[in-house]
Amino acid sequence: MEERNFICICCPMGCSLTVVMKGEEVVEVAGNTCKRGDIYARNEVINPMRMVTSTVKVIGGRENVVSVKTKEDIPKGKIFECVRALKDVKVNAPVYMGDTIMKNVANTGVDIVATKNVECKEA
Amino acid sequence: MKEYDIVIIGGGPAGLAAAVSAKKNGIKNILILERDKELGGILNQCIHNGFGLHTFKEELTGPEYAEKFIQQVKEGKIEYKRNTMVTDISPKKVVTAMNHEEGLFEIQAKAVVLAMGCRERARGALNIPGYRPAGIFSAGTAQRFVNMEGYLPGREVVILGSGDIGLIMARRMTFEGAKVKVVAELMPYSGGLKRNIVQCLDDYGIPLKLRHTVVDIKGKKRLEGVVLAEVDERGKPISGTEEFYSCDTLLLSVGLIPENELSMAMGVEINPVTMGPEVNEILETSMEGVFACGNVLHVHDLVDFVSQEAATAGKNAALYVKMGNTRKRKGKKILLNAKEGIRYTVPGAIHVENMDENLMVRFRVDNVYKNCYINMYLNDERVMHKKCLVLTPGEMEEIKLIKEDLLSYPNLKTITLKIEEA
Repeated sequence: MEERNFICICCPMGCSLTVVMKGEEVVEVAGNTCKRGDIYARNEVINPMRMVTSTVKVIGGRENVVSVKTKEDIPKGKIFECVRALKDVKVNAPVYMGDTIMKNVANTGVDIVATKNVECKEA
Repeated sequence: MKEYDIVIIGGGPAGLAAAVSAKKNGIKNILILERDKELGGILNQCIHNGFGLHTFKEELTGPEYAEKFIQQVKEGKIEYKRNTMVTDISPKKVVTAMNHEEGLFEIQAKAVVLAMGCRERARGALNIPGYRPAGIFSAGTAQRFVNMEGYLPGREVVILGSGDIGLIMARRMTFEGAKVKVVAELMPYSGGLKRNIVQCLDDYGIPLKLRHTVVDIKGKKRLEGVVLAEVDERGKPISGTEEFYSCDTLLLSVGLIPENELSMAMGVEINPVTMGPEVNEILETSMEGVFACGNVLHVHDLVDFVSQEAATAGKNAALYVKMGNTRKRKGKKILLNAKEGIRYTVPGAIHVENMDENLMVRFRVDNVYKNCYINMYLNDERVMHKKCLVLTPGEMEEIKLIKEDLLSYPNLKTITLKIEEA
């Protein structure tokens, strides 16, 4: 039996949750004061997912960088692989919101898309 | 002098939403004045997700949220000037501004919407001893460097204050390869949203030290380290608890202050608690035809509420332009008293006859309260007793006032809000 602790983020209450695991299986969730806490804890131990937001360099744009995001949430364990993959990426201006910057980042099956418009630098 | 029906000072989330709402309410002649090179305000540097859950039912990043409103401004053919700094607004609503193309110019407005936002509390306000080396930034400045200019301010970071921008920057700097050693918070509770503590600190193993502050800054040219110490009940450092952290960067996330120099110079009354204008039920300031919304009015945690508030201000500015003085402040003024546990309410006073059917009153509490009740009294009678599992100063609360209920209450003089612990 393994115990893992979380703070629930479903509401400002911030309950301290304890999840009792037997191997990959959740045996018990304790410390939650509502149903949502139970669901959050179960997702959080089995497969926590996060959206990753960062920036990549832009060549010839009005700005030096453009903000980007993973189009969907990716597994929490893949976050650093994802930001490392973006480290040396450079894109040419113009870049528009929703443009795909990188396909299948860190083998997650999720694309990186721009979240901002960066026009070309005026000559 | 050029004339506009409504001049909006600031093209951030509040200004944009106010403009869109004024347009929807029938005003065509609107001008937004923005000092930065693009519309969108602080959202442009808030590249993280979590915006718009209330408004658009999807989780957007800051720039994406801003773009939704910028599109509406463009579609509505609402005029705006960027790179334009407003230097003065006269009591007669003559707006003085300047930019590179037009130099100094004046505009006559029928109504003004104040939407200048807020700025960060700086080191000078904190009395931290020590030298003044390079490497000390407000969290928002660092955010702009990293997310918009493409520079990393440092490699080893300590953050003082647990406001949301500081928490977001702890994660952001970590992504960019910096080592964030600790976040120190003077208070016994965090000033930021709980979900930011989990997603920005806990996810990356960054410790949060409550009841701790910076007591010394080391380094002459570049920051070399800071000394943290635990503080007692009164916020005084406890001798013997000092601990040295080597770092080249200190980020300050120690509060936001509404930016009201223009409002004050104009003669608008300021609430000493919020540091924003005193407003009534239509978000009109102490000066007729001058409205306020967003962070210039009081600092918000969620942009969705800024947009809602700004839409109200924009609508009322439009009604003022259309109806002018015929829509006078009707009836007597009822004060909203913020008592035990409540720091302030916005608005602070209302004219019931002049209200819409419903009115959202927003407020903050002064401490963390668990299993408590929010109470509302009309005169001396308790009319609301709402149980809350938890209230914290970092999260803004709201209650709805219903016009009919207030109108039918005999001889209403005051509305009082207070917290009662169970």
